[in-house]
Amino acid sequence: MDINLVPATPEIVLAVFGLALLVIGAFVRKDAGALVSRLAFAGFGVTLALVCLMAGWTTVQEGLNGLFIDDAFARFAKILVLASAMIVLAMSESWFRRDDALQAEFPVLVVFAVVGMMVMVSANDLMAVYMGVELQSFALYILAAYQRTSAKSTEAGVKYFILGALASAVMLYGMSLVYGFAGTTHFAGIAHVAADGARPVGIVVGLVFVAAGFAFKVSAVPFHMWAPDVYEGAPTPITAFFAVAPKIAALALFARVMVDPFGPWIKDWQQVLLVLSILSMSLGAVAAIAQTNIKRLMAYSSIGHVGYALIGITAGTHDGIRGMLVYLAIYLVMNVATFALILSMRQGGQPVERLSDLAGLSRTAPWAAAAVTVLMFSMAGIPPLAGFFGKFYVFMAAIDAKLYTLAIIGVVTSVIGAFYYLRIVKIMYFDEVGTPLDEFTSRVNSSVLFGGSALVLLGFLGMDWLVTSAQFAGDALLKHAAAALF
Amino acid sequence: MTLAVDAVFYLFSIVCVVSALMVVVSRNPVHSVLWMITVFINGAGLFVLLNAEFLAMVLVIVYAGAVAILFTFVVMMLDLDFTGPALRSKQTLLVGLAVGAVLLGDLFVMLSEWSVSPKAEALRASPTPDLSTVSNTVALSRILYTDYIFLFQTAGLILLVAMVGAVLLTFRRQRHQRQDVSVQLARSKSETLKMNRVENGKGIS
Repeated sequence: MDINLVPATPEIVLAVFGLALLVIGAFVRKDAGALVSRLAFAGFGVTLALVCLMAGWTTVQEGLNGLFIDDAFARFAKILVLASAMIVLAMSESWFRRDDALQAEFPVLVVFAVVGMMVMVSANDLMAVYMGVELQSFALYILAAYQRTSAKSTEAGVKYFILGALASAVMLYGMSLVYGFAGTTHFAGIAHVAADGARPVGIVVGLVFVAAGFAFKVSAVPFHMWAPDVYEGAPTPITAFFAVAPKIAALALFARVMVDPFGPWIKDWQQVLLVLSILSMSLGAVAAIAQTNIKRLMAYSSIGHVGYALIGITAGTHDGIRGMLVYLAIYLVMNVATFALILSMRQGGQPVERLSDLAGLSRTAPWAAAAVTVLMFSMAGIPPLAGFFGKFYVFMAAIDAKLYTLAIIGVVTSVIGAFYYLRIVKIMYFDEVGTPLDEFTSRVNSSVLFGGSALVLLGFLGMDWLVTSAQFAGDALLKHAAAALF
Repeated sequence: MTLAVDAVFYLFSIVCVVSALMVVVSRNPVHSVLWMITVFINGAGLFVLLNAEFLAMVLVIVYAGAVAILFTFVVMMLDLDFTGPALRSKQTLLVGLAVGAVLLGDLFVMLSEWSVSPKAEALRASPTPDLSTVSNTVALSRILYTDYIFLFQTAGLILLVAMVGAVLLTFRRQRHQRQDVSVQLARSKSETLKMNRVENGKGIS
């Protein structure tokens, strides 16, 4: 027995922080929400520093009796998750404050959701996977229903909860089948079972169920139905959180579970992921065209992006995992910056979310319109913006893995998808102005918007560095998977 | 001996399956909950046959004792129409049957090719303490509180989050009437009591 707590230090620190914040929120009378929100921000900062500095890139540590693993792959995903949570938390303060709706529980729930995500990406056992997923999901269900006076928010919460519980049940059923037929839930143990070419049908069926559960969590088609409603109904800062951090965590988890324990059965899961990826890309591109609400549009856009990221996992190679991680990092920047815009959209002090409300932004706020233009071009994947590189690396990986159909469909759908991204640009520059938007007052949001678009614009300068880091992370995952076999 | 065990097994499992069916088809939701309790109790019986006494007790205490009672409360508090059909429409029935058939098909495929990995037995036994020296409740707790302490603690966090959520979504911040004893005792008669001489036939304006 080996309970080594060291690899889990960041998680433990963040969880203790969350508990402390809960107490502070309960006892501070005045303006507890803002105080707790700032403390949570600091807590994320400390955790981020711990993740970055505690161990070198190449160290791999298992801990907590083998249930937990800390490697470059997990650290890469954790850095993305923590960074996105920090930015979203900073942006949401001004949004909630105007409506006087910032309660201390909001940052606390975000902290616990992030603890769950960190457990997910560091899981080394199916039981730890389940615990992480549930911790994250519970916090997210509550966050979706956070504005309980709004019927839409309540509906979003209930819908997300019921469908999420069903998905968790399906996933758990799959895990129990894997346990029954492999005799263990430990990743190395499952890979050990596969080492001599065994392929019990029960494990394959379980694998499909587990994949379906994960597909729900990343909102891949055909398990995406909840996403547009939840994105639209949840308060905008929470939608911004939903669109980034849980997706990154769930995709990283998806990659680890497929490549590490189930790696030897790649032929079985590759076809499942292939279908998920093709359907997500196509639906993300086509269904977004008809949307008039920008939050729903972002939901479909994120479904499409998940499809592209899944290409990387489907390839199952070093290049594929690297491509997925690069894609996720770029996706984070683009999405957070776009949500900085959506969070700033107000007319007469009231938040608005129709696409047509953006009309005439080029005249009232020319710089913001230019920044959004850069972001939209990048989302559409037009070179030399960062979004292009994200797609480039996953498509290259697909071609190297001889998945030509996947690459071709990916290119076609990104051309179709370009239509609705460019339509936003058209609305901002050429449509008649109805009621103009209020001036953007939040400095945090503006700096995220401009910072994000600058990163996207000049991203090609740092692309080498990003790709090398992702390469390290991907290598760590695949090396661990290969080591488990022998 | 084995014949008796077999008979008991079939008794429990048949009652279990039939009650599970009744949960779905009962018109009255309260009856559904009662049938569900039968399912739990018979499930507990099956666990006893498998020498898993602890799981059997937990199933009775937690599921039959707490969860089912909670369900009963919820069901009885809702104003439900007991006369309507148990299944909304033919379509629901068909979809349900189709999903059930697919899952059953899956099970048959797995059972017909019953190829559990040859390493499974050893792997499954590896975390288990020697059962000849300890009872299975002790064995479970030894694993749960040592090897799997991480999962145990995470489960605690999950429950905490659920509790925070329940409070957040239902608690209404209203002014509470608090009793402040010192203020009450410090009141003097002159502050609170006013004597009026009321004439007959007239009120106080």
